[in-house]
Amino acid sequence: MKTIFAIAGVVIMELYRRKDFYVLFVLTAFITLAAGSVHFFHESNIVRYVKDLCLLLIWISAWIITIATTARQIPMERESRTIFPLLAKPVTRGQIILGKFFGCWFASGIALVVFYLFFIVVTGSREHYWPVLQYVQAILLQWLMLGLLTAMTLLGSIIFAAPSSTVTIVFISAFSIWFLGPHLNVIALRNPEPLRDIIYTAYFIIPHLELFDLRERLVGDWSVVPWSACGLAALYAAAYTGLFLLLAWLGFRRQNLST
Amino acid sequence: MSAILKSEKLRVEFKSREFRQPVKVALTGLDLEVQAGEVFGFLGPNGAGKTTTMNVLLGFIPPTSGTAYLFGIDVRQPIARQRIGYLPEMTYYYKFLTAEELLRFYAKIFGLARAEADQRIDQLLKLVELEQARKRTIRSYSKGMQQRVGLAQALINNPDLLILDEPTSGLDPLGRMKVREIIQRLKNEGKTVFFSSHELGEVETVCDRVAIIHQGELKTVGRVDKIMESYPTLEKAFLNIVGYQPQTAS
Repeated sequence: MKTIFAIAGVVIMELYRRKDFYVLFVLTAFITLAAGSVHFFHESNIVRYVKDLCLLLIWISAWIITIATTARQIPMERESRTIFPLLAKPVTRGQIILGKFFGCWFASGIALVVFYLFFIVVTGSREHYWPVLQYVQAILLQWLMLGLLTAMTLLGSIIFAAPSSTVTIVFISAFSIWFLGPHLNVIALRNPEPLRDIIYTAYFIIPHLELFDLRERLVGDWSVVPWSACGLAALYAAAYTGLFLLLAWLGFRRQNLST
Repeated sequence: MSAILKSEKLRVEFKSREFRQPVKVALTGLDLEVQAGEVFGFLGPNGAGKTTTMNVLLGFIPPTSGTAYLFGIDVRQPIARQRIGYLPEMTYYYKFLTAEELLRFYAKIFGLARAEADQRIDQLLKLVELEQARKRTIRSYSKGMQQRVGLAQALINNPDLLILDEPTSGLDPLGRMKVREIIQRLKNEGKTVFFSSHELGEVETVCDRVAIIHQGELKTVGRVDKIMESYPTLEKAFLNIVGYQPQTAS
């Protein structure tokens, strides 16, 4: 485990020594602050709409950080050849995959918490309302989803050599799953066989990212989700994350690496 | 003496990515043994198979057939690399880290305790004369300084076997002398050093034994003085062994 966390530590250090994270943070913070400070004549629907927009921005920013950071990990190790001194140590390729995964997941988790803290402070100071448990659940579930996304991107980075290809393909796939995934069963019903079966199969195979999206509940001030449901969502995310990591390891362990 | 590094009938083939291209044979049944405590030079022209051999020894690529062992353990097992240090030809390190952070990272990988790691990092930074620059990121280092960081990371676990891939390549005379001194010092400490180099004068000075490889085939292996018996310099011996015919000006 020490090796895995040592590799993860380097990933986190790299992210926070790059400028792109800060650019994204400042941008998100600025929009959140600007949107949060507008009163709109105390019209509650507009306030909700603005909150929804800010939360969407946080989602997108967290996705960008997660996918962009993860996609470049293995290709950059290979391109800059830093993988060779690392593999010359008693390190397995599985440990590298896990180290990269935990590093990216923790780093995106830190970024997510920072984004949410900013949002909570801005909205809380205006509304004088602090639904702490709802926010904790929203952050936790979104972080679990980011773990799934990290593993998916890591698998993509093993398959596609260029980080830009991985970023594009994973981003499009994840967005499609997020937007279309919940409606695939309805779409299936409107189609003839065998297309119906294919769409149904896709519906049951894809990871349903919408399960981790509590934005609507936050905006509508709904009550907390039962913790048992959160636990099941965690298991669901862990299963998909494990599967993607296994596939990534299977692909990476067979790759020839020549200096 | 016991063999610390051993390869038996090591063969490596690379399949071409292009359609209907023949398989490239990089190594053809290499048998090699390096004994404990010796400085062993691994020589050959470019494309001879030196780097491929090192890649197999370090577990970067699997052999097509044959086996290789480090300390009697199959190189495919990561534990075989517990007691080795590796210095690549070029400086392949995380440039956003400082020298101290890089050494601490590798110390963690070897499972060194915090106090032991601190002590070892101080010793190594002193050895490679980078104490003043320990808090600077590697990105800001000169090539010579980066090579010295590389040497420090290769020594972080106090290895019994050092594998150096052209350690003085691209260094100025002062840098080369420094690396040579360090190799000599390690030899005096009883460490085994296996290194490839094109600097034959350097090999002549520091090596006990050398192996010459050409087109994936081991041409000769033995003590430096034995190989040089019929030649004035190691360079002449090397050129003759690899079959180089000097062209006379017409």
